[in-house]
Amino acid sequence: MIKYSSEDLVVSSGPHLRTKLRVPVVMWLVSTTLIPAIAWAGYAFGPWVLIVTAVSVLAAVLTEFVITLLLGKPQTVTDGSAFLTGLLVACNMPATEWGVLPLYVPIVGSIFAIAVAKHAFGGLGQNWINPALAGRIFVFFAWLPAMTGGWAGSPHFDAVSSATPLNMLKFRTGILPGDIQTTSDAVLGMHLSPTHGDLFFGMVPGCIGEISALALLVGGLILIVLKIVQWEIPLFYIASTALFSWIFGGLAVAGQPQAFFSGDALYHILSGGVILGAFYMATDWVTTPVSFGGRIIFGLGCGALTVLIRLTGSNVEGVSFAIVLMNITVPLIDRLFSPQRFGLPEGRGV
Amino acid sequence: MAQERTFHHGGMHPRDIGLDTMSSPIRNAFLPHFLYIPLLQHIGSPAEAVVSPGDIVSRGDVIGKASGYVSVDIHTPLPGRVVAIEDHVTATADKVPTVVIEVEGAFSLKGQRQENQQGWKSLSRDEILKRMKEKGLVGLGGATFPMHVKYAVPPGKKVTTLIVNAVECEPFLSADNRLVLEQADDLVTGIDIAMKTLGVDRTIVGFEADMPEAAKELQDRVKARRDIEVMIFAVKYPQGAEKQLIKAATGLEVPSGGLPMDVGVVVSNAGSLIALKEAIVDDKPLFERVVTVTGDAVQKPGNYKIVVGARVADILAEVGLKKKPARIILGGPMMGLAQYTDQVPVTKGTSGIMVLSRRRSAIYRHRPCVRCGKCIDVCPMGLMPLKLVTQIELVQDEAAKKLGMLDCIECGCCSAVCPSERHLAQTIKLGKLRHIAKKKEAAGD
Repeated sequence: MIKYSSEDLVVSSGPHLRTKLRVPVVMWLVSTTLIPAIAWAGYAFGPWVLIVTAVSVLAAVLTEFVITLLLGKPQTVTDGSAFLTGLLVACNMPATEWGVLPLYVPIVGSIFAIAVAKHAFGGLGQNWINPALAGRIFVFFAWLPAMTGGWAGSPHFDAVSSATPLNMLKFRTGILPGDIQTTSDAVLGMHLSPTHGDLFFGMVPGCIGEISALALLVGGLILIVLKIVQWEIPLFYIASTALFSWIFGGLAVAGQPQAFFSGDALYHILSGGVILGAFYMATDWVTTPVSFGGRIIFGLGCGALTVLIRLTGSNVEGVSFAIVLMNITVPLIDRLFSPQRFGLPEGRGV
Repeated sequence: MAQERTFHHGGMHPRDIGLDTMSSPIRNAFLPHFLYIPLLQHIGSPAEAVVSPGDIVSRGDVIGKASGYVSVDIHTPLPGRVVAIEDHVTATADKVPTVVIEVEGAFSLKGQRQENQQGWKSLSRDEILKRMKEKGLVGLGGATFPMHVKYAVPPGKKVTTLIVNAVECEPFLSADNRLVLEQADDLVTGIDIAMKTLGVDRTIVGFEADMPEAAKELQDRVKARRDIEVMIFAVKYPQGAEKQLIKAATGLEVPSGGLPMDVGVVVSNAGSLIALKEAIVDDKPLFERVVTVTGDAVQKPGNYKIVVGARVADILAEVGLKKKPARIILGGPMMGLAQYTDQVPVTKGTSGIMVLSRRRSAIYRHRPCVRCGKCIDVCPMGLMPLKLVTQIELVQDEAAKKLGMLDCIECGCCSAVCPSERHLAQTIKLGKLRHIAKKKEAAGD
């Protein structure tokens, strides 16, 4: 018989069993699922991509460490949340050739994300804006040329171009006569270099984390299975992007007859950061609605705003702004949706 | 049998951590040398001791007499000599007057299976209620509400349906499952007595889908009965919670702040009805019960018939430990009460004893909410625990009440799924206690 005494006994109020899916586990899991996408970018565009990633992660983690130290808060570096923020900031940096993107851009992005977007509002759980997106937007406006130019082509495949797929769609650049006809050609009546397949497998210029839809989808599906990503957000985000770009996409393509219901929805979904945004940015627990219904509205809104910005704004890319705008609406959405309480008449929530 | 039904919103399915005891038959536990029998084992006022130190008692003797309407008699399960009446710790950590008995002497044969199993039919409703109180019957699901109070339908209320809870209230407990499996005949008689007492002509017996053998045992016996229906529910915690069970069985929702009787339903746990049969037909007082003993620190987990008053230490000596215990829980893993001592006795309300090792006894840190909304998704009452807890932490009890604080059934789903390990259910319980204390204070002034 094993000896024990009352001092060995832990007394606590139930429940005594808890989920293993604790915040640090979640953060490290999400970070892990991003590795294929980043590795692909590293393979496709060369080692500068990996240096940018390492630097931005390091900056985020150090900022977290210093701030928690200065504020005398419990040290939270190991919970993986700063690591993930750094990783997501890196994902939002353009993939460039060696030395083209100055390293201060990801560094400042990460510092802004952690120090201002996260800790100035009270730390994990208190931020109203997705920290990584806040960091991206900050450096985007601070160093517009660095963030929008210098897209690297890849030595590994033919679609060498200095314009991203959305640039091509918007400004009709990169149209090379004699390219293989693609679905988008047929639909848009114009000639684009990347095919849907190129977009899906990531053989296009773009941001570090957004170029390979395949790698992101695999990671995203793993997170859905693990119930870390709540499926309704990516589903409704992507669906509404598809819907609105199909309806209105045809109106905004330069140099072709304008018509409703003629947009290339698949091109819109696969290009730019829609997949990255839908699975990794719009699903951040802290900055999204807490209820199922709210999350559907959130996803729909993100898609609609993404298409609106892409088609009518001066920016080619709309994902980060769309998500941040929807972040702002979260408290309002949360007010609208409350679950039906048991034992109260239908429709009576709180 | 009906298709798989369940309540609508929320709930969860706790992982199976290999603690299942469903296939282990009920065994009689060893008899302890000393009994510590609390005079308060039920909701209501404590019984008054009717024995004094030095008295010799025999099995089934009344040692505590009910001290009011909401109170029941307390019996000794074993013969012996009363050595003391002292305050002793109970599962809720309160010290209550307890009769300490040194077990000795011969068993007199009280509480035996009667030849005449039909004799109870001549009893009137009031006689049955009186016997319930005298035989110390309480609900065995955990709340230990005196049965004679629950079954006395007040004038103006109409009860149409009896629901028998054969759904295990907590994950990893299987005492009810085993009881139904092994004593299905007694359960049918118990149901008949209960139906007569309530004056209802419809009974639904609810099982979970993972206990098909027990459901079949009962189904075989009530096939020809039109008034008893067996229903199988999805395996989902808290399917055994009263309100969720009623919802699943009848589609009716007990109104916020109301009782099952408000929708014409009385719910009794299967074990309680078997105890009812034994009390009314076999004249056996409620002085022992089936307890599931499990946990990763236990050598021989299983279902044991344990006498009231046996201390946890006695039980652990019998079932053996293979790891050093770090948590001893009376009840189940979700709503059970962690104990600070193994000297606490088994009472009528003890449905399980769970002994967890250090590895399964992490101390959970209350980290900041990350707003994942999982607590909202699992709340079977449709509450928003994250908002509730914020209000309770800010001592905004009125706001918390508006958010449904008092509707919380304390099932613990919210805490169990929280990735920030927040003390959600715990904080809500605290808020409810504070509310009750305030009300008492206001009433006292």
